[in-house]
Amino acid sequence: MTDIFRLPVVIGILVSAIRLATPYLYAAVGEAFAQTSGVVNLGVDGIMLVGAYAAFFVALTTGNLWLGVLAAMFVGLLMGLLMSVISVTLKAEQGISGIGLYMFGLGLSSVLFKVTIGTVKTVVGFQSVKLPLLGDIPVIGEIFFRQSLPVYGAFLLVPLAWWFMEKTTWGLRIKAVGQNPAAADSLGVSVDKVRYFSVCLGSVLAGLAGASLSIALVNLFQENLTAGQGFIAVALVYFGGWRPLGIMGGALLFSIVNAFQLWMQVLGVRIPSDVAVMLPYLLTIAALAVTVNRARQPAALNKPFERGEN
Amino acid sequence: MPSDPTASAPRQSRRLTFDWVDIAFRAALPVMAMLAALLIGAVMLLFLKANPFEAYAAMLNGVFGSVSGITQSLVKATPLLLVGLGICIAFRASVINIGAEGQIIAGALMATWFSLQFRAWPGWLLLPTTMMMGFIGGAVWGFIPGILKARLDVNEILSTVMMNAIAVQLMNLMIRSLLMDPAGVTAGTYLAQSERLPEQVWLPRLVPQTSLHAGAIIAVVLAVVVYIFLWRTTIGYRIRAVGLNPDAARYAGIRVPVYQALSLTLAGGFAGLAGVVEVIGVQHRLLEGITSGYGFSGIVAALFGGLHPLGLIPASWLFGSLLVGADKMQRAVQVPSALVDTMMGLVVLFVVGSALWSRRWAMRREIAVSKSAEVKL
Repeated sequence: MTDIFRLPVVIGILVSAIRLATPYLYAAVGEAFAQTSGVVNLGVDGIMLVGAYAAFFVALTTGNLWLGVLAAMFVGLLMGLLMSVISVTLKAEQGISGIGLYMFGLGLSSVLFKVTIGTVKTVVGFQSVKLPLLGDIPVIGEIFFRQSLPVYGAFLLVPLAWWFMEKTTWGLRIKAVGQNPAAADSLGVSVDKVRYFSVCLGSVLAGLAGASLSIALVNLFQENLTAGQGFIAVALVYFGGWRPLGIMGGALLFSIVNAFQLWMQVLGVRIPSDVAVMLPYLLTIAALAVTVNRARQPAALNKPFERGEN
Repeated sequence: MPSDPTASAPRQSRRLTFDWVDIAFRAALPVMAMLAALLIGAVMLLFLKANPFEAYAAMLNGVFGSVSGITQSLVKATPLLLVGLGICIAFRASVINIGAEGQIIAGALMATWFSLQFRAWPGWLLLPTTMMMGFIGGAVWGFIPGILKARLDVNEILSTVMMNAIAVQLMNLMIRSLLMDPAGVTAGTYLAQSERLPEQVWLPRLVPQTSLHAGAIIAVVLAVVVYIFLWRTTIGYRIRAVGLNPDAARYAGIRVPVYQALSLTLAGGFAGLAGVVEVIGVQHRLLEGITSGYGFSGIVAALFGGLHPLGLIPASWLFGSLLVGADKMQRAVQVPSALVDTMMGLVVLFVVGSALWSRRWAMRREIAVSKSAEVKL
């Protein structure tokens, strides 16, 4: 046990934690947009899988990582449109349509993987970039400023999302539609349009989350690569109280626990790996039980909007 | 759908008569959703450079062309039906249970441990108690998110997903430690599976030389039991009332959180039974992948069956056939069987997407019925 608390190990854990938080950040911030507008998109995991596949396939065949990123965003958008049609236009029960989207994405990415790639292959993913000056700071620089571009992007997304939600008209519209769609509607805001926008934006980010997994973090694709990370991202939105900063806190906490258990296994600490893998999930349930701030929940969350219903 | 107060209101007053037009309309929507999914599946097959007619023919022939195909589809339909019954109970109370995968595992784990522990018991005693224990195992796995929802308002969708992940790890841990097959240990293979269960706990085979076991009959009987429970008992009525309109239920003095937790616990119990049946009916031991994804496909079957226990019987057979057919198709035209997962996802999307029309239909019909009643007066 003594090994775990030595400085290089602590730095190692934190470096991994920052990396591991990346897909959660993209997916959870995206989900926060959708939920703030009143739509629970449970299909995040499915979107991530399709995005991860698309990014990996394009990167593998063209050798261009950025084209892979674009492909992931594009398929994310398509999945978002599908979710929007079902949940916004057709006003379906959102929890269930999300599960449908998840199954669709899981199946589609498996089929495409088996047909076009077949075996486990790897790509040379995004390399870590040492930022000038900042990267030279001892310890801090090592942890934060020698990561790959998608990792920086994920952490930049947090203030960006905050600014968008709090300081722009579009952010205000999204919040209004999530809090009181009837009032927003009477003021001439198109509830459906705003929800389409939010769900699609969230889905594009979920696609990015998948790409960050398959071409930046693990640099491979396999069936069910995400293993439920999209669902944890949804949980992080609740945990973070629908605020980007809170979501980042949750993602980091979760990733630190995860990195800690990975390093324990690397260092050969005698604890069954199954128990270690279980830890983050137990933590998530505990966190959900303790922290949910109901006052922040968008009032119209999970409620399809129909004119003249109220 | 549970959030639909108008749909079953007119039927409440005439409990014993069946509105056949209504039933036909409700059955037509999922069938059309299925056809749409098959159509999109055909387009995907074309993209995968397979002949859709050939692929679907291989599917049909694989399932209905032989006794083994039919019995295999019934074997797969059994856990789907059991899981689906639980989903019906939960969704009727407006509780979205995504945790059937974990509940199946909890039931299977409990049944395996119990039947190995008490292997000396005679079959007439061991078999029912094992099934009971499996039900309890799954029920506990449903109760935890249920009580978290009732007491702390924890979103059950998320907690049940987490419980799935925990169950998988718990099972992996157990079949590598306490429950690990001693034969594998002495042989040095260390296979991650349990010992074979005592033979007196195996479910009898219904058709010799096939895998069809008595679990299919148990599942059908339970479907009728759940139907009676939901529509003919007070507790069942309250569960549905909570789902139809929680506010109205609260005013009527029904303790909504209690019934939501109860419905999740029962849902877990039925999923747990599905796990038992897989263990004592099919595999005769516990091993990785025991759920075969039934926890998710059971949701599809339940939605397809209109969240009705009796509608679930044909629905689960259909999806059992689809799963078997997918394997046969994979072999015949080399298309990954995961294509069926894609199609199931589409079926879910189309079924919930079409709920809007069935809601509007129900409303129009209610108006028509009340108008004709006025004329008679």
